[in-house]
Amino acid sequence: MIELHDVSKTFTLHNQGGAVIRVLDKAALRVEPGECVALTGASGAGKSTLMRLIYGNYLAASGQVLVGGTDVAHAEPREILALRREVLGYVSQFLRVVPRVPTDEVVAEPLLTLGVDRDVAMARATDLLARLNIPQRLWGLSPTTFSGGEQQRVNIARGFVHDYPALLLDEPTASLDATNRETVLALIDEAKARGAAILGIFHDVDARNRVCDREIDVSRFTPGMAA
Amino acid sequence: MMTSAEATPLLQVRGIEKRYGARIGCTGVDFDLYPGEVMGIVGESGSGKSTLLNCLAGHLAPDAGQVVFDTRADGPVDTVAMSEPERRMLGRTDWAFVHQHARDGLRMSVSAGGNIGERLMAVGARHYGDIREQAVDWLGRVEISETRVDDRPSAFSGGMQQRLQIARNLVTGPRLVFMDEPTGGLDVSVQARLLDLLRGLVREMGLSALIVTHDLAVVRLLADRLMVMKDGHVVETGLTDQVLDDPQHGYTQLLVSSVLQV
Repeated sequence: MIELHDVSKTFTLHNQGGAVIRVLDKAALRVEPGECVALTGASGAGKSTLMRLIYGNYLAASGQVLVGGTDVAHAEPREILALRREVLGYVSQFLRVVPRVPTDEVVAEPLLTLGVDRDVAMARATDLLARLNIPQRLWGLSPTTFSGGEQQRVNIARGFVHDYPALLLDEPTASLDATNRETVLALIDEAKARGAAILGIFHDVDARNRVCDREIDVSRFTPGMAA
Repeated sequence: MMTSAEATPLLQVRGIEKRYGARIGCTGVDFDLYPGEVMGIVGESGSGKSTLLNCLAGHLAPDAGQVVFDTRADGPVDTVAMSEPERRMLGRTDWAFVHQHARDGLRMSVSAGGNIGERLMAVGARHYGDIREQAVDWLGRVEISETRVDDRPSAFSGGMQQRLQIARNLVTGPRLVFMDEPTGGLDVSVQARLLDLLRGLVREMGLSALIVTHDLAVVRLLADRLMVMKDGHVVETGLTDQVLDDPQHGYTQLLVSSVLQV
């Protein structure tokens, strides 16, 4: 479902003397449907970079980044947008929303964009918000003023509202209490059971051991850091 | 796996160039815009982004190039080669233009309801009751109280004027909206409300839009794709978050790194 072949990533800093920074070299991996794979490696090894290359907000310098058959490294913007709407979900660590939009709308938005009936989309959104213990009195408010943990849970609800065949999870259990952490792990298990291919970064070792089937150490793709 | 990306472009722009004497307004602009897509055009003052928008919208005659629009009746037609009345008709039906200054897009001596109704009458609406009903409906959609329907826009705040301009433009159900700095000159809180409104309307009506702005936060939230202009040339294009998170061109890197973080 997610397949990387010989992917490299460099940053060229044109305004700093054209310095070229190599961050990933010959990265290769494969995530099958129904499988959850953890990216590991020290901070700075390139875990988040790899996730962004797959989501398409970073541009690969070379290689192939295949998600459900679309090569994100070479696809047109509209192909990547369609992929993100239908196939590829991403739970990042930051919630970026239009101010003033109520929380239930923020969560339902991926479904509304897909043309799902409004009542169905809102029901699914509030269902997830309830599961993630966001109090009902907050559903009609914008999440911009929420606490870090609440924003994180809104972000997770938004990422799981559509049954994406492929999911990227960046620290999904960070800043969550025990109860909510259990809920997130259950959501991940359910996604795996319906056949989603999941790639994640989990600093929470216990969580990683519970939901992940394999680990990939990103350090072996880091130029100059290979063991 | 097939996704829904297959479609024919709504707008095909080829080789657009506009010169002011020896000086380049914009040159070599090519892109396709698909139904439902929102593209941001960013760059600093004088980069040619407004010149380009005005060429595309038919307000300025380009010196070279084609702007092919997929019309409802006749399919793809080069709007640059169209007759003036044909282009004006397009400007009243399938196209809309939201000016930075609402007073450029509104008739300040006509009531709010009249401003909306006028555009309906321009496409043939004659029944007063229907026109008024639609005007009131649209005031509601842009969050202006029905009680203000008979007030002139000169009595409105800047944010309200801008929302009224949007209502006037969208009432005829256009398919392509040109926006020139739509949130420029508005307070930040008013901008947020307008952004929220625009995003909702774009999704509900399936609009395609071209938005010229120098505000990267605006395009981050509204645009699917970006085009970065400098000195009349397109220096970079791509998916909005890719261009902002991983800019490839030196100028874009400068632009992105110059934004103050809040």
